[in-house]
Amino acid sequence: MSTVTWITARGLFGRRRFLLLLPLPLVLLGLAVLCRSLGVDPGQWGPPVLVGLGLAVVLPVVALIIGTGVLGAEIDDGTVVHILTKPLPRWQIVLPKLAVAAGVTAVTVAVPLYVAGVLADSVRLGLALAVAGALGALAYSALFLALSLVTRRPVLLGLVYVLIWEGLLGNFVSGTKVLSIQQYVIALADRIAPTGLLETSVSVPVASVMTALVSVGFTVLAIDRLRSFSVAGETS
Amino acid sequence: MSTLSLTGVSRWYGNVVAVNDISMALGPGVTGLLGPNGAGKTTLLHMMAGFLAPSRGTVTLDDEPTWRNPDVYRRLGLVSEREAVQGFLTAYEFVLASAKLHRLPDPAAAARRAIDLVELESAQDRRIGTYSKGMRQRARVAAALVHDPQVLLLDEPFNGMDPRQRLHMMQLLHTLGDAGRTILFSSHILEEVEQVSGTVQVMVAGRLAASGDFRTIRRLMTNRPHVFAVRSTDDRALAVALIAEASVSGVELDPTGLTVRAGDYGAFTRALPRIALNKGIRVRQLVPSDESLESVFSYLVEA
Repeated sequence: MSTVTWITARGLFGRRRFLLLLPLPLVLLGLAVLCRSLGVDPGQWGPPVLVGLGLAVVLPVVALIIGTGVLGAEIDDGTVVHILTKPLPRWQIVLPKLAVAAGVTAVTVAVPLYVAGVLADSVRLGLALAVAGALGALAYSALFLALSLVTRRPVLLGLVYVLIWEGLLGNFVSGTKVLSIQQYVIALADRIAPTGLLETSVSVPVASVMTALVSVGFTVLAIDRLRSFSVAGETS
Repeated sequence: MSTLSLTGVSRWYGNVVAVNDISMALGPGVTGLLGPNGAGKTTLLHMMAGFLAPSRGTVTLDDEPTWRNPDVYRRLGLVSEREAVQGFLTAYEFVLASAKLHRLPDPAAAARRAIDLVELESAQDRRIGTYSKGMRQRARVAAALVHDPQVLLLDEPFNGMDPRQRLHMMQLLHTLGDAGRTILFSSHILEEVEQVSGTVQVMVAGRLAASGDFRTIRRLMTNRPHVFAVRSTDDRALAVALIAEASVSGVELDPTGLTVRAGDYGAFTRALPRIALNKGIRVRQLVPSDESLESVFSYLVEA
């Protein structure tokens, strides 16, 4: 494990903020278990729980907390200077941090998604949701990591993207769905396990290409931004 | 031996000029960067350390730019003013992580050497979060020294240190400077700089107001008359008596009292009680009105 990975992981798990990650996946799990045990028709609870809660809220919000935390928290408290004053090419800082963010998000989200998918339909749907969720975790993490270098309010901007762009505009202006990671995840999951529960609005090729593009593009942006990272003077 | 060179460096934020056309070359030894709060010291240090792009001019370390060039950190160490450390690490872990990030051949030995240098061995296995401000500062200095850099930049390193820790830090900087390292530290406290380094760069309002040997600059400053505010039972009579004094170069009389300009600080302060006693005047107040660092600096800027 590289030193950057180690410091990032310790920083992430060492902060209270980490506890914020637990409730959302637990709610998702709890609702799925409840619906199943009450014998509700999966056609009724599947879409709102799997998509409405799982893919539209739990995945992006967990990715937001972690993605803006791995570098943004260090920028906020100034400890980022310790890593930046080392003769490391900047990609060697961004990639390990992205790996930690995407990895932790994927694990945190994929497990409840898998369980919920199994309860709603089949193991195949569970796996599809987990895999698509992990890919989505990578794309979201790259986006939020880059946001934390582009703006001083990454969490706010990230929330605006998730809630306004993906959540609200997606319902009224169908064109915005082409630029919605949430839609890519749904399309990919539905491709792996076709069921009547997931309603897709972008094609699978578009979803695959855009997921890759978002992941790579924002990572490159983050590396470039970190190269020109400026510390604002406090006294002047 | 490394040289840090600044050529015509300016930095502005919108309409505000933080650093204004500064050129200097820093060689081996300890240099103090002196200036009142808000003079632009931190901005200048950040540009030297590659954390800020100059709006104009160049900052180079041995002819390589420091901006967008992480390779300079092989030879450069920075201790920033902001007291930021990963509090969940122990000092040893913290310094060791620095050594590993530098890809040193023997990180453990380097970490122990650096901790030894700042005398933090006894506390090295405690979490930094439990440290006092001075200890945290030393941990950060150890991390900045772990790769034995040729150039070390410190922003207000004595802040929050107790007198013993200050003394130790001063000795450490001296030792490093004598060993041929280029050390630059900033401070807004004249006495700190005086004790640590002979060479100073004085910044005022973003400009380089003076640079060179401290004692020479100090002497230049004492050529200026000292200004005192005096209040007494009979200001007019006192003014008449004072203007006859050789050490006094000017007296102003206004409703609130006297403003006295004295060429010789010592002679005037010895003469005043004698004159007052002879004339039977009671002196109610004697305040040196330009003793603050800022006014000394403003002299330098005007000069």
